[in-house]
Amino acid sequence: MVLSVDGERVVDMEPHIGYLHRGSEKLCENELYVQIVTLFDRLDYISNLNNEMAFCRAVEKLMGLEVPERAEFIRVILCELNRVASHLLFVGTFGIDAGAMTPILYTFRDREKIQSMFEAVTGARMMHNFIRIGGVKSDVPEDFTDRVKLLRDELIQGINETDKLLSFNEIFLARTKGVGTIDADSAIAYGMSGPSLRACGVPMDVRKDEPYSVYDRFDFGIPIGENGDSWDRYYVRVEEMRQSLKIIDQALEQMPDGPTITPTRFILRPPAGEVYVRGENPRGEIGVYLVSNGTDRPYRVKIRPPSFCNLMALKEMIKNTYLADAVVILGSLDIVLGEVDR
Amino acid sequence: MNLIDVLILLSTTMGLLTALSIVVLSLTWLERKFLGRIQMRMGPMRVGPYGLLQPIADAIKLMSKEDVLPGWVDKVVYWVAPLIVFVPTFMIWITIPVAKDLAIRNMDMGLLYIVAFSVLSMVGLVAAGWASANKYAVLGGFRAAAQLVSYEIPLILATLGVAMLAQSMNLVTIVDQQQIGLPYIFVQPLGLFLFFTAGLAELGRTPFDIHHAESEVVGGPFVEYSGMHWAVFFLAEYINTFAIGALTTLLFLGGWTFPGLPTDILPIGITIFLIKTYMVILVIFWIRGTYPRLRIDQLMALGWQVLVPLAFLNIILTAIYMFYGWPVWSSTIMSAGILIATFWGLSVHMKTAPAPVYTVKLYTPPAQEA
Repeated sequence: MVLSVDGERVVDMEPHIGYLHRGSEKLCENELYVQIVTLFDRLDYISNLNNEMAFCRAVEKLMGLEVPERAEFIRVILCELNRVASHLLFVGTFGIDAGAMTPILYTFRDREKIQSMFEAVTGARMMHNFIRIGGVKSDVPEDFTDRVKLLRDELIQGINETDKLLSFNEIFLARTKGVGTIDADSAIAYGMSGPSLRACGVPMDVRKDEPYSVYDRFDFGIPIGENGDSWDRYYVRVEEMRQSLKIIDQALEQMPDGPTITPTRFILRPPAGEVYVRGENPRGEIGVYLVSNGTDRPYRVKIRPPSFCNLMALKEMIKNTYLADAVVILGSLDIVLGEVDR
Repeated sequence: MNLIDVLILLSTTMGLLTALSIVVLSLTWLERKFLGRIQMRMGPMRVGPYGLLQPIADAIKLMSKEDVLPGWVDKVVYWVAPLIVFVPTFMIWITIPVAKDLAIRNMDMGLLYIVAFSVLSMVGLVAAGWASANKYAVLGGFRAAAQLVSYEIPLILATLGVAMLAQSMNLVTIVDQQQIGLPYIFVQPLGLFLFFTAGLAELGRTPFDIHHAESEVVGGPFVEYSGMHWAVFFLAEYINTFAIGALTTLLFLGGWTFPGLPTDILPIGITIFLIKTYMVILVIFWIRGTYPRLRIDQLMALGWQVLVPLAFLNIILTAIYMFYGWPVWSSTIMSAGILIATFWGLSVHMKTAPAPVYTVKLYTPPAQEA
């Protein structure tokens, strides 16, 4: 990010991206379908499971593959936990951006519990490769329900603690209220999505608009803001964590027994054709456009990364603010560079 | 000046320097431990029992570090800047009494002397920022200049209120007056708030740490410094913290006195003084662990629009109270009333401007037809 400043005021800014470019989309064309899941893990490395889910759904849609119900529930629970973990990290780092050093240690404590949970279920803390085409890799451990319930209580307590510490702190309000405001029309024009768009008052959530997986069976609200400023973007995420926990609660209640994966061949050859799938990532809407020519490798994979589209609006928000605000605004968009550059 | 005088001078200076160094070592350990507690960590644990030897290990590390001199800096200013920061912070300790008879030189105009010298270190910060010829350092130096100049005024005005109450600028007399009457925290809570807030800003501590804010200007004026030269800045910062703690104790908390204890005896007096000072410093650390950082325009607004008028109000109230010889509780009530009103006003202002809070609400889409 190159800033032109006049004293403490930011006159202009130019985002310089591309330092983390790994050519993921091109790499996808050379890998087997089962191998691509691991590449999606490495896009947005804070919300791996949501990425895996998007790709697997794309392939399943192309092949017309049925996913067992139990697998869908496991996916939803894990994805929502992943969303909570991602937002927790956001709350902590946003605190650091505003100069508060304590919240990150509290949110990391809670995130660590989620990571341990993931480790117990998937065997890895970050690069899970757990959601597979046709289901999930394996069934969850026996004590999964009890552990998630325990985790949920701890998380609610943790979120409330951080909320008390940071959200309504007068200085924090002064730093974030009315900072980096963007109105709903320009936000839509820039292609923003996810919490950043919802903070402008647009109730757009793929989980509600186009319910995928089993999201249509749960009762949850969409937190929306009013002003589209940094504080709204922050608090929408805090509220979203609570809604995610609500979804997890309902999913645990309704989880059926049964198989967790539809057996497929190791080397998949989806029929020739193209498919576009969208899903709600913690950072916004992820889109996967997949073109198959009938071979064992995709012809083209195009990813619509939420961070990249949100980042494009940064220039408009940052102009004519203070230098210290630039840090807060960038933080409030919650971008992950692994996803911006792919 | 004969040889004896020179020897006395040297030994007192060395004694003071040693004492302050020990204080700084203890403060760094305390800060890390205390912040660790706030943040559910242990703090340093490896070096010595409970990490007690950690500051010493740090000091050895800093001394053995290479002193990097970047090629583009203005050499003379660059090397002198740490000294300009350090010397005034050291000099003010000459007149700060630690117990009834324990000050290197008890001056009648002690308060004025302290105020005058504490302003000087700002020059060093600006010089360090400028000489480093680094964009972050320059920005940090200018921020420091703006901040310190604005907050010097409420700081001085707050001490003026105390000087009026005690009818003296001699720190020992001020403490004695508090022993006779009440500690000034009970007489002038507003003054304590002003002094402490402005003191925090002078120290550049959270929430006023904008001149070395890591997320904005990296390390501020010190960004190019390394090794011992950086350590001198560090030393000055902690000595300053201790000085603000000590001054708060002397001016508002009754210094080394404590009701019912024979505090004229030296060891007891020193102990009481140190306990009170460390309590104040713990509050500073506590604030650091809790609050985010202010933005520069908000910092200036708070300084000029809130603290300076309040400081003048404080002086006027004190003058009225002294002139008419009203009972002590009247001053307490007036002062505390204004303080509470200020807090309330600030809280309401921050929660409503520029936009009201509680804007985030849940949206439940209308039920779709099955």
